[in-house]
Amino acid sequence: MVQFTLPKNSRVKKGKAWNPPPEGTQVGRWREYRVYRFDPETGENPRVDTYWVDMEDCGPMVLDALIWIKNKIDPTLTFRRSCREGVCGSCSMNIAGTNTLACTMHADDAKGAIPIYPLPHMPVIKDLVPDMTQFFAQLRSIEPWLKTDSPTPQKEWRQSHEERAKLDGLYECILCACCSTACPSYWWNGDRYLGPAILLQADRWVEDSRDERTGERLDDLEDPFRLYRCHTILNCTKACPKGLNPAAAIASLKRKLVERAE
Amino acid sequence: MPQDATPKDTPLHNAVQVKGRAYPIIDHAYDVVVVGAGGSGLRAVVGCSEAGLRTACITKVFPTRSHTVAAQGGIAAALGNMGPDDWRWHMYDTVKGSDWLGDQDAIEYLCRNAPEAVYELEHWGVPFSRDDNGKILQRAFGGMTTDFGKGQAKRTCAAADRTGHAMLHTMYGQALRHSAEFFIEYFAIDLIMDDEGRCRGVIALSMEDGSLHRFRAHQVILATGGYGRAYFSCTSAHICTGDGNAMVLRAGLPLQDMEFVQFHPTGVYGAGVLITEGARGEGGFLRNAEGEKFMERYAPSAKDLASRDVVSRAITIEIREGRGVGPDKDHIHLHLSHLEPDLLAERLPGITDLARIFAGVDVREKPIPVLPTAHYNMGGIPTNMHGEVISPKDGDPDAIVPGLMALGEAACVSVHGANRLGSNSLIDLVVFGRAAALRCAEIVKKDGAIPELPKGAGESAIERLDRFRYADGGTPTAALRLRMQKTMQRDCAVFRTQKVLKEGVKAIRAVWDDAADIHVTDRSLIWNTDLIETLEFDNLISQSAVTVAGALAREESRGAHAREDFPKRDDAKWMKHTLSWADYGTHEVRLEYRPVHSFTLSNEIAYIQPKERVY
Repeated sequence: MVQFTLPKNSRVKKGKAWNPPPEGTQVGRWREYRVYRFDPETGENPRVDTYWVDMEDCGPMVLDALIWIKNKIDPTLTFRRSCREGVCGSCSMNIAGTNTLACTMHADDAKGAIPIYPLPHMPVIKDLVPDMTQFFAQLRSIEPWLKTDSPTPQKEWRQSHEERAKLDGLYECILCACCSTACPSYWWNGDRYLGPAILLQADRWVEDSRDERTGERLDDLEDPFRLYRCHTILNCTKACPKGLNPAAAIASLKRKLVERAE
Repeated sequence: MPQDATPKDTPLHNAVQVKGRAYPIIDHAYDVVVVGAGGSGLRAVVGCSEAGLRTACITKVFPTRSHTVAAQGGIAAALGNMGPDDWRWHMYDTVKGSDWLGDQDAIEYLCRNAPEAVYELEHWGVPFSRDDNGKILQRAFGGMTTDFGKGQAKRTCAAADRTGHAMLHTMYGQALRHSAEFFIEYFAIDLIMDDEGRCRGVIALSMEDGSLHRFRAHQVILATGGYGRAYFSCTSAHICTGDGNAMVLRAGLPLQDMEFVQFHPTGVYGAGVLITEGARGEGGFLRNAEGEKFMERYAPSAKDLASRDVVSRAITIEIREGRGVGPDKDHIHLHLSHLEPDLLAERLPGITDLARIFAGVDVREKPIPVLPTAHYNMGGIPTNMHGEVISPKDGDPDAIVPGLMALGEAACVSVHGANRLGSNSLIDLVVFGRAAALRCAEIVKKDGAIPELPKGAGESAIERLDRFRYADGGTPTAALRLRMQKTMQRDCAVFRTQKVLKEGVKAIRAVWDDAADIHVTDRSLIWNTDLIETLEFDNLISQSAVTVAGALAREESRGAHAREDFPKRDDAKWMKHTLSWADYGTHEVRLEYRPVHSFTLSNEIAYIQPKERVY
């Protein structure tokens, strides 16, 4: 039997309760948030702090609550955010057990106290900020740019409605990594398996009628780890906050490889 | 890691001592350093890399998180895919849209080079929507006309309503292809200038490990975006704090035309997120509480597709005169339910989602509640059409600041003048991003030695960082920022008067003075966003100060600057660019003016004479 020893500082401790709600406030006005905290500069174990947010003074989204906490209660709370409208992919995190974007998740869609953790199975830099280096290196590895051999036309490459429609559901990915970090295969083999987000990107270039290096792209994916660690668990599709279907993109890549072999 | 410790495995080139605390500095040398990785920054990075220049890109967020990603409707270029078009018509529209404050040589450069720039993006792989011939789909946008104002043009090239996202991701791919070096999640603090007024580099903080990095370069390109977050309600991302603009002010250089702030007619009521003008371009319209399509009264021919400043004023008047919708009669309805569901799904899927998430509205059935919302800064760092920063010197209003360039929303070329047309910003990014790269290829000697920095370069920036890091006053950054944002929203919005602007100048000055009492709680260096937000606030407050000061001084109405006490445009007195300096020591603002270029680039089009601006 294999024995595992977890690093000493991996145990998440109970943290501080910051601002218990004033007594006598009406039910539902104050929402409880339990937020993962980790400070790399102290060497202490991670902890879960409790904050209470006054929903009458705060916007409806979970990101609004995090900003409210940072502005009013605890300026040291650390998280990424940028567009606040679900298009930049910065504020992906694990909220009430689900990977999603804090900016497009209504607090009302969760019941009771809302636990917030960083994206699962990523190295944590600080609080809710994971290290995405590996994820972006994998993006680079699939060479996400148009490759052509034919002479470039003076004007645009032509593309029919049908050809262009093949990119729908693929090009909209915002690289938030909600899908990849929801995937058990990626948790286990994240160093060698590309994961659903990057495979969706790979499929985006394979499907593009303008791209002329489909064979090369498929060669690059034909590998027991890079592509075939996908075991159709479908957590990816369930997690995607943009409603995309990475599992279908992966299936499409696998199908193309099979068709090519026949 | 203990505080003030040296990050592991980094070469220690130098260290600055501040109050006994050592800040180790890591030095870098490049031909070109681009600050910012949005559309214009990435275009410059690709161009400089292609030219064989050693290029670095410093960015405070991962490139695809930049605010370009949020651009929706499209990118303007006279391709003529949907009917006859001509870059001269595009130029006429842009000049008229700018209310004759734009420099016509630069506008000609923009419009002439626009089609080629869009084809380049398509060749790079941008997934543009298509027409029935497989060509790039173009849609109608406000202020875009055919034949010098006669008909409505379809000039705006679209990738559904996610054009900025499609562009930014594609351009990041191109940058990867060219192996430019990225310094991601590095916050640029300040420029390094020498005694002769040349820019020599830039100093930045790595958020990941708290190390300081000093970049020396032949050229520094600021592509740092706008400062929408000076306002309480804006369509801009949280990161839009105009850091490059403020770096320029601290370097003793001026900003230009800062009083011109565009309010987008259709920000979602409450949330402030953008609903593209393309929604009206595809046939959407505005209605007041009486169900009236009121734009017909304000712009009889262009109606809902009048220029943004015109529509924003119309909405503001409707609300002010009691015809707003909702229980507080404080917003307006944007109707899309009459559009075909297929068209909504194909061309406006993004805003369909936004309306559902942020307004709880199914656009197929109900109108979207909207309100004019701070959106775009026409003003910024003055440049020529090559992206080179200018600052008047020895009687030359166009004197170049050597070593420094600016692009995109951070820059004021000026192609947008007093009011930008929708879809002209994305084209601005790529046309001038390319122009700056071409200029760098021309003036930077390849493989030439990059001169050593002056002694003590960047030390004042580190002292500033240390001062904020240990700031121990009584007012948290968030409280000061909120006061600034509320002031700008109240005193420097769609309509302005001398009385209100005077109050604004005073109130912003008070916030800036009170910032002496600022309090930063987080003392760490790794991912200290309390400190970063404080540096950003310090950047925003000076820009707010020059914005209200410029607005108070300009006693006319032009484009987005609408003075109720001076309702007419006054070309005799005010057809000139405002230059503003801000003193970080005294908090004083100084204004000067420089002439608008009254000439074009070539003799293929004559100077477009000013006339009354009617839509």
